[in-house]
Amino acid sequence: MKPIESFELPSPSKVNYLNAVYGLKSWLLTKDHKRIALLYLGSITFFFFIGGIYALMIRLELLTPSGDFLESTTYNKVFTQHGIIMIFFFLIPSIPATLGNFLIPMMIGAKDLAFPRINLLSWYVYLAGGIITIYALLAGGVDTGWTFYTPFSTTFSNSYVVATGLGIFINGFSSILTGLNFIVTIHTMRAPGMTWFRMPLFCWSHYATSLIMILGTPVIAITVLLLAFERVSGVGIFNPKLGGDPVLFQHMFWFYSHPAVYIMVLPGMGVISELIANFSRKNIFGYSFVAFSSIAIAVFGFLVWGHHMFVTPQSVYAGMIFSFLSFAVAIPSAIKVFNWTATLYKSSISYDTPMLYALGFIGLFTIGGMTGLFLASLATDVHLSDTYFVVAHFHYIMVGGALMAYLGGLHYWWPKMTGRMYPEGWGRFGALVVFVGFNLTFLPQFIAGYIGMPRRYHAYPPEFQVYNVLSTAGASILGFGMLIPAVYFVWSMRYGKHAEANPWHLPGLEWRTQSPPPTENFEQTPIVTWDAYEFAPPEETEVVGKFHGEVERAS
Amino acid sequence: MIESHAATPEIHGHPALQHHFENMEQQREAGTLGMWIFLVTEIMFFGGMFLAYTLYRNLFPAGFVLASNHLDITLGAVNTGVLILSSFTMAMAVYFTQTGKLRPQVWCLVLTLILGLTFLGIKAVEYHEKYTDRLIPGRIIPGAHFGPDPHAFHLQAGAPELAQIEMFYWIYFAMTGMHALHMVIGAGLLTYLIIFSLKRRFDPEYHSPVEVIGLYWHFVDIVWIFLFPLLYLLGRHLGGH
Amino acid sequence: MQSWIPIVPESASSFSWKVDALYFYLSGVTLFFTLLISGTLIFFVIRYRRRTPYEIPRPVAGSHKLETVWTVIPFVIAMTMFVWGASVFFDQYKPPQNAIEVYVVGKQWMWKLQHATGQREINELHVPVGRKVRLIMTSEDVIHDFFVPAFRTKADVVPGRYTTMWFEATKPGTYHLFCAEYCGMNHSGMIGSVIVMEPRDFDNWLSGNVGSMTPATAGQQLYQTLGCASCHGGSGEGGRGPALTGTFGTQISLASGGTVTADEGYLRESIINPQAKLVAGFGPIMPTFQGQVSEDQLMQLVAYIKSLHGAGTTTPAPTPSAAASPSPARAVASPAPAPSIR
Repeated sequence: MKPIESFELPSPSKVNYLNAVYGLKSWLLTKDHKRIALLYLGSITFFFFIGGIYALMIRLELLTPSGDFLESTTYNKVFTQHGIIMIFFFLIPSIPATLGNFLIPMMIGAKDLAFPRINLLSWYVYLAGGIITIYALLAGGVDTGWTFYTPFSTTFSNSYVVATGLGIFINGFSSILTGLNFIVTIHTMRAPGMTWFRMPLFCWSHYATSLIMILGTPVIAITVLLLAFERVSGVGIFNPKLGGDPVLFQHMFWFYSHPAVYIMVLPGMGVISELIANFSRKNIFGYSFVAFSSIAIAVFGFLVWGHHMFVTPQSVYAGMIFSFLSFAVAIPSAIKVFNWTATLYKSSISYDTPMLYALGFIGLFTIGGMTGLFLASLATDVHLSDTYFVVAHFHYIMVGGALMAYLGGLHYWWPKMTGRMYPEGWGRFGALVVFVGFNLTFLPQFIAGYIGMPRRYHAYPPEFQVYNVLSTAGASILGFGMLIPAVYFVWSMRYGKHAEANPWHLPGLEWRTQSPPPTENFEQTPIVTWDAYEFAPPEETEVVGKFHGEVERAS
Repeated sequence: MIESHAATPEIHGHPALQHHFENMEQQREAGTLGMWIFLVTEIMFFGGMFLAYTLYRNLFPAGFVLASNHLDITLGAVNTGVLILSSFTMAMAVYFTQTGKLRPQVWCLVLTLILGLTFLGIKAVEYHEKYTDRLIPGRIIPGAHFGPDPHAFHLQAGAPELAQIEMFYWIYFAMTGMHALHMVIGAGLLTYLIIFSLKRRFDPEYHSPVEVIGLYWHFVDIVWIFLFPLLYLLGRHLGGH
Repeated sequence: MQSWIPIVPESASSFSWKVDALYFYLSGVTLFFTLLISGTLIFFVIRYRRRTPYEIPRPVAGSHKLETVWTVIPFVIAMTMFVWGASVFFDQYKPPQNAIEVYVVGKQWMWKLQHATGQREINELHVPVGRKVRLIMTSEDVIHDFFVPAFRTKADVVPGRYTTMWFEATKPGTYHLFCAEYCGMNHSGMIGSVIVMEPRDFDNWLSGNVGSMTPATAGQQLYQTLGCASCHGGSGEGGRGPALTGTFGTQISLASGGTVTADEGYLRESIINPQAKLVAGFGPIMPTFQGQVSEDQLMQLVAYIKSLHGAGTTTPAPTPSAAASPSPARAVASPAPAPSIR
């Protein structure tokens, strides 16, 4: 065993991946995974704020029961575009393409991802898909809902369905390429000694995510393509006029789009495993259970798409099987939550901003996951499907889960990525505001949904108003909370305190190189002799108060 | 620092070794695994269309048999032969690259490319026949909307099978069109291989591009091996109509 | 509605309380685990806060026993939810006996409903309390969804096929009817109400709103004008085509082998796409009626065929119009006197 003390931090070097080369071209043609991660970070932030503006418009419209702020056609476009932008252009690439891209090679001791050029290509593909989608939005927008249900999308909608579909189709390839790169990298590029079970759980969850990306994304690609062809040709396999089946579209759509939920939340779970372990200085309780639960989620996630279709004319027995499997897929998530909680037992918990996001995640993800059971259960789903209960549930997973994890991870690795510290006080304040705002926005929607408010309604009967007012109030707090990190992150890039190589005093490989790292990540290929989250050699762990040399020097 | 690494490839050994790999073995392993994973995504991609095919073939057996029998089985069979032959020449190209025989390697690649283009040519002839028979579904082609002569299918005008036939051709064009697009991409990749072979970039130590593109080519062939019986041979054992 | 802020919708059907009970069970379990997890988290976060900057807690090994416990217990709880949810759903799904039937056609952006007794309604549905009501639904354009929160039930309304749902209202009142599947511009305007009445009031309402023909009578007229009688017999006794009398609800042997239940969906399909499931013993000679009959008319034809219980139920009308073949779309593929289709 190689204790942390004996690991020598690199001699401070002024050359790093950010200043090794200069100029626009050096960014646009970079093959460095770290720079590509930053390119992604910039572009998804852009899309996030567009999606956020749409969210704001939705909430303003729903403040009053009558549809008086937006026309119904405008409102339909607004919620459609909110969904499309947030799902395809923010949530799906968010953690994998930024944090994953930056950290997976560093965590396993590699110099880069296996295919740096493909990595850059994936960003350009993402951008191309994004530009086409933005074009569709500017040209007139799309009003089919992000789900593109046929035959509305193929025959009846008068909006830019084909252009948007093309944008999503192209964008899909960026996730396929990212997933492919991650899988090959994790298989072939691990440093000597970095066995599968020494990998940080972040890598495991990204491996599982990549499996879904490569198996699921092609299906949505072909589905959207067939939909676009059908719209252009006027006939097709989803069209009842030819004897086609519009419900087939839903099967193909959800075959991807349910696993896509796990594309969004699995990387978040990986981030949370890192945060929980590292900010409590303890190895994850039940490492292998947490690792394999990611894989189990990825596999079972492909078998439950039918639970989106309990109210369609799907056979009652199919419904029962899908319901059963949906309950089964909840178990691996529960295992993770219990293991994270158990990790904290007799640990040493710090209250830094990333940890606050992580703790918030566990609470919100628990609610999000448990309310998923209402929708897995057949009888309650019949009442709840297509109501605001569903809206609240998936926002708890996607915003309370994926977004909180993304923000937590961004704070955690910000010093490594930029070489600067963010202001800790503002960070904690921001985390609190986001948490409060989020809950105020989405808790009332559970009740609004159960009393029957359907989703995608532009105007609604007045008895739902009280919940919508609460929700809109919460959304303004949440929107404000999102601006806080946006402002101080930008500020810190120039004015933040310089970060040390290892500001949190952690054993992970990514912290054993300078901040920001050199282009090749490590001066020499590291040789790994320790487990993930090994804070001190086992024989020394009884002694409380003895930390590794680097910290003692710092104090 | 990076510059110096990139500028001194001799410390890594082979000039084709990329800076982030430790050795050629690791680089080849990554390349091959990458292509296999890509092919898995391709299977899922075509899988969506095979699902639609299976569903509607079961729903509309009669219309599908009529429509299938209208396809030109001779051209389809010839194309199958052409592709199988091209897979063989591709395999030989990989073999000659591995054994370092440049001249036969280039010839095999050129032959593969020619066979691939032959396939596309025959496919174009078939598509043109369908165009003149007005079998292109829907209103994709302006002025030539779907509207075949029903008697060609031994049907009366307005027979309900015509909608099923249109559905068959919709799936036919979706699947073979997607396959042809893959062939076009494959032809482009082969051209790249030929140019770089002529520049003597490949040798027994560095042949993974040929190997990986070979995998892709075989995959595209295999897709056709499935498409041919599913689309052309429906109900042939019934002796036709 | 209630003067206080509602947290559950009104409960007005025979199974709404079953859904509510399950909902409260699920809510209870959710609340319990949320409190358990967040309580434990808060306790740990305070109890094990970092006290000195250098402390390193002792690593844990993990515990297979604990892992088993928190795998098995959640699984068992999940299975109780699954079984409960599935059994309530199954009750809800089973088609009822002796139900009042109402035909529903959804179109952008309105609900068209017709009672078996002929009354037509738009965006409103009057039903009596305490009677099972079965809806046979289809759409003229996109997918809609018939959702009555007070009844805790909904079902998609899909173009090109029939879907059904049923309920039994238990409390008089006026309840929301929503379209719950996004259907375009005026989706949120595709709303209406279900008015549940005491049986006597309902009878009064029925007698005060006679208006149009019953769907079955209208269907009978269509049956004659479309020329169905020329093959299926003046009153469905059969001929070149299979007999229709008494077939509804029975098992039909198919020419391709196998059987099918002659439900509404099958009847509809056989009018639109006659060759899809040919009755054994008949040739594929029936033309399609796709595009010639609207969804409303299809439902009337289906209602007429369902009304043919046996001899004497309907008066065979004289069939002068039967000779007028509906359109050039008639395709008689096999020589004329061949045995024919249903």
